[in-house]
Amino acid sequence: MALFPSRCSGRGGPSVSAFVTIDNVSRLFGPKLSTGEKIAAKLGAKVETRSVRAVSDVTLSVRKGETLGLVGDSGCGKSTLGRLIAGILSPTTGSVKIDGAPVMKNGKKVTTRVQTVFQDPFASLDPRMKVGETVAEGPVAHALTTKANADTYVADWFTRVGLDPVWVDRYPHQFSGGQRQRIAIARALAMQPDVLICDEPVASLDVSIQAQIINLFLELTRGLDLTSVFISHDLSVVQHVSDRVAVMYLGRIVELGPVAEVFGQPAHPYTAALFGSVPKLVLDADELVRFETIEGEVPSPLSPPSGCYYHPRCPLATEICRTEQPGTTVVSDLRTVACHNFEAQLTDHVPG
Amino acid sequence: MTDPVLSVKNLTTHFFTRAGVVKAVDGVSFDLAKGEIMGLVGESGSGKTVTGFSLLGLVDAPGRIVAGSVTLNGTELTTLSGRALQSRRGQEISMIFQDPIATLNPMLTIGQQMQMAIDAHERMSKRAAMARAAEALTQVGIPSAEARLRAYPHEFSGGMRQRVAIAIALLHRPAVLVADEPTTALDVSIQAQILFQMRDLAAQTGTAMIWISHDLAVVSSLASKLAVMYAGRIVEQGPTATLLRDPRHPYTAGLIASLPAMAKPGMPLTQIPGTTPSLLSLPPGCPFAPRCDRHTDACLHKPEMTMQDNRGWRCFHPVAQDAGVPA
Repeated sequence: MALFPSRCSGRGGPSVSAFVTIDNVSRLFGPKLSTGEKIAAKLGAKVETRSVRAVSDVTLSVRKGETLGLVGDSGCGKSTLGRLIAGILSPTTGSVKIDGAPVMKNGKKVTTRVQTVFQDPFASLDPRMKVGETVAEGPVAHALTTKANADTYVADWFTRVGLDPVWVDRYPHQFSGGQRQRIAIARALAMQPDVLICDEPVASLDVSIQAQIINLFLELTRGLDLTSVFISHDLSVVQHVSDRVAVMYLGRIVELGPVAEVFGQPAHPYTAALFGSVPKLVLDADELVRFETIEGEVPSPLSPPSGCYYHPRCPLATEICRTEQPGTTVVSDLRTVACHNFEAQLTDHVPG
Repeated sequence: MTDPVLSVKNLTTHFFTRAGVVKAVDGVSFDLAKGEIMGLVGESGSGKTVTGFSLLGLVDAPGRIVAGSVTLNGTELTTLSGRALQSRRGQEISMIFQDPIATLNPMLTIGQQMQMAIDAHERMSKRAAMARAAEALTQVGIPSAEARLRAYPHEFSGGMRQRVAIAIALLHRPAVLVADEPTTALDVSIQAQILFQMRDLAAQTGTAMIWISHDLAVVSSLASKLAVMYAGRIVEQGPTATLLRDPRHPYTAGLIASLPAMAKPGMPLTQIPGTTPSLLSLPPGCPFAPRCDRHTDACLHKPEMTMQDNRGWRCFHPVAQDAGVPA
């Protein structure tokens, strides 16, 4: 494994020996241009398009063996970022590299070293394929195993994810949600990836099954020394499985750091508000729970506010927040925040 | 305690399918006082939604309420005619659902839909109806309500749409509101806003609520009492804090223990083995026994509800005291 020179200053954030590097990645979604418009654009005419900047100038690195959590409200770009890292989407600008090798070349994914587990195992498995064939398809195509050995290869992965290998001839509908998610995990891991992207892997599962899948994730990522990105809106799950967490708001990373520090003492007002609005188990019936609700809603990404995207909802907003987009500031080792007034947030915060 | 607004006794709803009889709700009993919020917790297929539907008489064939009674303000609902029930639905008891986009008609403005809901139970001028609708929207925290009455559902965000659904459900100040996972599809920040408002509304209007959810944390911050369902039956019920701090049923204890907040970060979570049983082929006796580490031969019989003070559980081998969340 090649270690990268540490990046101590600038947008890169604090020094992290990077395994996955995400360098200034942006992704725009806009309407498809018609042939006429394309020609007009080529000729230098200005073509009016309204595009959404789903991911905006994200620079991140993930260390070997680390789990990075990605959190934020729906529409904040966390799934898009996950897909950019996984090579499912190509970045509009910037690049994603794993161990120095780019994930995409000319809009095509050129590596099998990153694999994805999606939220809904009902949708991500082909209903007409036997689950054993689904798991074998990739490894056979990429010569990780031979057709002759595929059965034993698949059986081995079934056992590792806690499924009975006699089930390989069944179809997805014959399994429960939790079992289907295990199959999806087996399919991803059978490709022997170094990096695993998990996009809300437990969101559609029942509470008692969630714990089983989280335990499986912890066991496998450690056992196989996997580097992973864990995307979830469920903060307690992210807190549990991640080493570091990145908080996103409208396509930008607003805070990044070790889980214990970010959860313990958020430096960005949005992080603080997000954590404050998570319902917690309340035990004292007489106590009227105070939710620290965030005022208002996430603005439309089609017309984001000026300056800091969070300023219209931010209790700490000052004049500069309305005009100037905050840069990334290094708060401490491994920790960055994009906020003009993070010092006020850090001093305001009463731990507890 | 004063007379309950809603009293449910031995409610039993079965679905008569080709594959067999699905006992979706099997002997559910609880009382609800004015302004009280009860959390109904369970996993998918545990019968919590069908319980909600049964209360409003919304169970369609092949399902049928086969036994039990639902008494709302002294009136028995299960024996009412369709028309008599309809006049109460929306007026005295109403329901909100997880997905507001499926509840609202995309072709009508919010104002038109709210007016229809008002007209269904009351005669008033259009002007008065619109004023009433605007007031209801304001109550659930929708800004510039009068202008928003002219908007269509697609012009609202998910959170705002759910507020509209709540406003419609509360138009006639029903005695009971059944809320079926209404915040599950929403972002946490919006969920917090809505939970906060619902608690205030219950206190202000005296509407009692049944809050159906799979999320223990959500109901714990809202409900004063809890009922935990498993395979069509309430396996444990009682005051929220008591149940969470000191669960007696191994399933309740298992659910609490499996929360990530209960384990040290990065350590394995306590997991309940196995999966929920199919309601078509329930094991004889206690349906949780196959997943339970405390089961014995006694569990081959169906446990009855053991009542103690203001709580109850269905288990032959209840968990010892103080197995839940450390205080």
